[in-house]
Amino acid sequence: MTASSLTGRSGARIESRNLKAQLRRTERRRKLEAAALVAPLLIFLAVFFLAPIVGMLIRSVENSELPTTMPETAAALRQWDGIDLPPEPVFASFARELAAGQRDRTLAGVAKRLTYEVPNMRSVLFATARGLPETPNGTWRDTLTARDKTWGDPATWAVMRRAAAPVTPLYMLASVDREMDASGSIVKVASDRAIYIDIFIRTFWMAAVVTVWCLVLGYPLAFKLASLPPRVSNLLMILVLLPFWTSILVRTGAWVVLLQREGPINEALQWVGLISEPLQLVYNRVGVYVAMIHILLPFMVLPLYSVMRGISPAYMRAATSLGATPFTAFRRVYLPQTIPGVGAGCLLVFILGVGYYITPALVGGAGDQMVSYFVAFFTNQTINWGMAAALGSVLLIATLLLYWVYARLVGIDRMRMG
Amino acid sequence: MGSILNLPPHATGAQKAWHVALWALTALVLAFLILPILVIIPLSFSSGSFLNFPLPGLSLRWYHELLGSERWLSSLRNSVVVAISSTLLATVLGTLASLGLQRARFPGHALVMALVISPMVVPLVIVAVGVYFFYAPLGLTGSLLGLTLAHTALAAPFVVITVSATLQGFDTNLSRAAASLGANQTTAFFRVTLPIILPGVVSGALFAFVTSFDEVVVALFLTGPGERTLPRQMFDGIRENISPVIAAAATLLIVLSILLMTVMEVLRRRSERLRGIR
Repeated sequence: MTASSLTGRSGARIESRNLKAQLRRTERRRKLEAAALVAPLLIFLAVFFLAPIVGMLIRSVENSELPTTMPETAAALRQWDGIDLPPEPVFASFARELAAGQRDRTLAGVAKRLTYEVPNMRSVLFATARGLPETPNGTWRDTLTARDKTWGDPATWAVMRRAAAPVTPLYMLASVDREMDASGSIVKVASDRAIYIDIFIRTFWMAAVVTVWCLVLGYPLAFKLASLPPRVSNLLMILVLLPFWTSILVRTGAWVVLLQREGPINEALQWVGLISEPLQLVYNRVGVYVAMIHILLPFMVLPLYSVMRGISPAYMRAATSLGATPFTAFRRVYLPQTIPGVGAGCLLVFILGVGYYITPALVGGAGDQMVSYFVAFFTNQTINWGMAAALGSVLLIATLLLYWVYARLVGIDRMRMG
Repeated sequence: MGSILNLPPHATGAQKAWHVALWALTALVLAFLILPILVIIPLSFSSGSFLNFPLPGLSLRWYHELLGSERWLSSLRNSVVVAISSTLLATVLGTLASLGLQRARFPGHALVMALVISPMVVPLVIVAVGVYFFYAPLGLTGSLLGLTLAHTALAAPFVVITVSATLQGFDTNLSRAAASLGANQTTAFFRVTLPIILPGVVSGALFAFVTSFDEVVVALFLTGPGERTLPRQMFDGIRENISPVIAAAATLLIVLSILLMTVMEVLRRRSERLRGIR
């Protein structure tokens, strides 16, 4: 730069061109180095975090049971136009693979898959397979229909055809209380089985209630703490940070102890004489709300506090000196400046609240469980992995949408801890 | 704010009432935050077997039972092994990534950042189900290794956030000075950059440790009876039969969190001093 001015004009031009090239090269090297430093974590996350989640998304539409156990039948069913009953070769290969499956004991997966659409298909399948003759009595269609009339019903074969497809919308539809009828159009499921939309509404409602309560309790607290001299507020912040650092299980366990029938809260209320009978505070919605608000409140207070600390008291003084009442000054001058903190805190609490599992599982009753509980239930208890994956996918999509909003409004690099 | 709340002499009655009400509300919310945690501590010293007041007498029997139980001790061992391994892994990977993210804006910078932070916001049950399906064919379920890998992914964002925040206040002229004095990049990093950002790195590591040490959802999916971790043991205890043993374990965990919080505060002050913020 300064060196080039010492040489002649043309020299300077060449030098500056060289310098530019050199700068570009250095810049490119810096970018490469940066990418190389980030790469190990990125690769690690891609393999051990992203791939499992993508795997779960895929599992929510996976339909491999029939195609893997009965490949020929599946291929033949895919060729069929789906009108009335399938042609004889489909019946023939189905009979052959059914017998083979019975021999190798591989029918359980197919039976389970078909049961999801027609509840009694499991018994029909096994009853047909047991002692199936090796050669047909007439056509295979007649033979199978004679063994069980279900096989003469076009609706059964519509289900079989759907089970033979490479992917299925079955679980995703079920997770929003929809199913396919015999003609393949999407309909609402019977109202006694329609539970998932209610569970999603409950999940979002509970997260919203917790968020509002956290804001109502957290805003005045952060406001007061931010207005105190640093020495005092740092001391009081310990009371916010200690719960933040304490294990979620300790906090949840503490609430189970506090809220139980003979627990300290009921004892104290009875002692004061406010109630004569112990209140049911745990294993219901009240308990879940109290415990969740307690656990998530620091996530509201911390961003609010850091925003409020940065607001100069001079603005409020100016407003009051110009004749605003304290309330007007607060509403017109102070409140608008805290909106970024309110947004950050609310989004964070809501995002975390929507995914809660442990606290409702320990403090809630059967009617207080959120979507996460059902994801775990289908994975570990009923082993309906397609359903677990579908509910998980819907929850994931909702969370990622909120995360995107957070990133746009607040900025990912603004996410701070403590 | 101070002008209104520290009440000038001419404050009206309404202002005084508001002042008192705000203090009262603040005290109530702070009590709500801290009391549930403090209440557990005396209950753990009860000589009776019920978790209520008044205590029939004081004793250390529940601590004896806790520390004499092979089940609790082995779960503590498992938790410590997993937490330390995933902390080391997450801290190294996360610190390198933070240095990279700080060094230059490369194409896809924002996307990379979003991916790196996403383990913090994705519901734990989704991570749990995902790794459960994914790790099973690799033989990583029912193993501490599988849990460590999952916890590393969950802990890494905390390291990245904390170290990145420290790097933002880092004066890059210092490493340039080191380079101009003949240090190569590695030397400059270990002799100049690392000592200055070390408090941030250690804070990140502590966050990573707590993330793993506290994590129960993924542990519920990935561990069998042999790999039971402390939070999982707590979870089963609270669900099946909540006894003063749980209170004793909780008390020890509270002591641990007080220790961690103190170390974090010391580190924060040290970091601010090192970077010349104060």
